[in-house]
Amino acid sequence: MGEAIVITSGKGGVGKTTTSANLGTALALLGRKVCMVDTDIGLRNLDVVMGLENRIIYDLIDVADGRCRLNQALIKDKRFDELYMLPAAQTKDKHDIKPEQVRKIVEELKAEYDYVIIDCPAGIEQGFDNAVAGADQAIVVTTPENAAVRDADRVIGILEQRGFKSPKLVINRIRPNMLRSGDMLEIDDICQVLSIDLIGIVPDDEIVIKAANQGEPTVLNPSSRAAIAYRNVARRILGETVPLMNLEERSGMFGRMKKFLGMG
Amino acid sequence: MVSVKSAITIKGTKDGLVFLLDDQCDFTSLLDELHEKLDKHEQQLSGPLVHVFVKLGSRRLNEEDKERLRYIIRKQGNFLIQSMESDKTPEELEAEKNAVKTIAGIVRSGQTVHHQGHLLLLGDVNPGGTVICSGDIYIMGALRGTAHAGCDGNEEAVIAASLMTPTQLRIAEVISRPPEEWTSAEPVMEFAYLRDGVMEIDKLTHLHHRRSEHMPFKGV
Repeated sequence: MGEAIVITSGKGGVGKTTTSANLGTALALLGRKVCMVDTDIGLRNLDVVMGLENRIIYDLIDVADGRCRLNQALIKDKRFDELYMLPAAQTKDKHDIKPEQVRKIVEELKAEYDYVIIDCPAGIEQGFDNAVAGADQAIVVTTPENAAVRDADRVIGILEQRGFKSPKLVINRIRPNMLRSGDMLEIDDICQVLSIDLIGIVPDDEIVIKAANQGEPTVLNPSSRAAIAYRNVARRILGETVPLMNLEERSGMFGRMKKFLGMG
Repeated sequence: MVSVKSAITIKGTKDGLVFLLDDQCDFTSLLDELHEKLDKHEQQLSGPLVHVFVKLGSRRLNEEDKERLRYIIRKQGNFLIQSMESDKTPEELEAEKNAVKTIAGIVRSGQTVHHQGHLLLLGDVNPGGTVICSGDIYIMGALRGTAHAGCDGNEEAVIAASLMTPTQLRIAEVISRPPEEWTSAEPVMEFAYLRDGVMEIDKLTHLHHRRSEHMPFKGV
C-alpha cells in the first residue's frame, strides 16, 4: 500500500504544480513507483509542466463518471517507466466531481503505486476538498512573502482540523541575496509562525521557468540548485536525513575569497 | 398522596423531553410521583428512543439518589438520559466567571477562539487568528493576531502575552492598532489595559497595580 501526498498552499502561484511535478519525478528518479494526480479541474497545468499534454485521452472526471477505466486514463511519462500521471479535465469544473470519488480513485492508485502525489488547486473550497480527500499526508508550499505565509497558515489550520497529523512545509522561491539584505522573510521566522516541520527550502531559479516551458521537470537537471533542493525533499520523504541546503554555497571563487578575508 | 400541584412537569422540545422536577417537596414523594406518572403513560411512551434532560432546580442529589432517579426513568426502556443537572448557585456562577480556562494549541489564520471568562492560551495566535473573551486573555506564546478581552463591556479586562506583536487589540469597546498607536520595545512579557478609555501597554510585573486582591500565599 502506497502513500498519498497532497501538495497544497492556499495561495496561487507559489509553485504547487512545479513542486508536484518535481517531487513526483524525483521520487521516480530514486526508483519509486509514482503516480501524480492533477485535481485542478478546469485549470489543469501538471500535464503541461510534465510535457505530456498531447498524450491525454481520458481524464480524472472520465474515470470518476465511469467513462473509462482508471488504467486507460493514466499517462506514462516519457522519461521514466514507473512514473504516471492522471490529468484533470480542462472543460469541466471542480463541482463535477465529489471528494468521495477522488478518495476512491486515490485508494485504487495507492494499491498500485508507492507514492501518489496530488496536485491541489489554489483556494480552500470544493477543489481543495477534492484534493485532500484521499491524501494521507500533506505538503504545504509557501514562498517567503507575508501573503503566502498567511494563506499557508490558514490551510494548515484546515488540514489539522481534517485530521492531518503533521503537514510538512516547503518554502519555495527563496532569493538568497534578498535574504542577505534583509528584504525577505527569514526562514526561521516563517517556521516560527507556521510551526510545522520544514521538509525543504528551494531557491528561486530561472531554470525552473525555462524547464516548465519546455515540459521537462527541473529536477532532471543536476546543475540547477532548485533541482538539488527538490531531490533533497524527495529523499526526506523517503525517510533519509538530509541537511538543509546552504543557500550561500554558490558564491564562487571570488565570494569564497571575500569570505576568507572576512569581507563576506 | 395529597399534592395539589404536580411536582413534575414534562416538556417536549425538539431535542427530546425535559423533566422539570420540583425542588421543594420531599425526594421520596417526588420519586413516587415520577414512578406513577411514567407507569400511567407506559403505552404511549414505548416506541423510538427519546432523549431525556432532567432539571433538578436547586435540589442537590448525591450519587445514590441520582441512581434511584435514573433507575425509574430508565425502566421506561426507550428513555435515554442525556443530562441531570441542578441550577447553579450564585457562588458557583461567580466561581465560573473567575475561573481561568486553559487551552493549548495554535490559533491559526481564520480560526477564532471564543470563551466566557478568563482564558490562558498555551501557544501562539497567528496573524488572522482571533481570541475573544469576556474576561482576561493571557497568552503564553506570541500574540500576532487579534485579541479582544472584556468583549461584554468589561473595561477592567487585560490582555497579556509573552510576545506582544498583535495585529489589533480590543478591550471592551476600545480598539487599538499597534504599532501606529504604541510599540512594544522590550522583550519582556507585557499586558494591555485601559486607562481612562485609552489602551496602554505595560510590563506584566506591573499588573498587580491594577488588581486589588492581595496574594494570600506570600510569606513574610
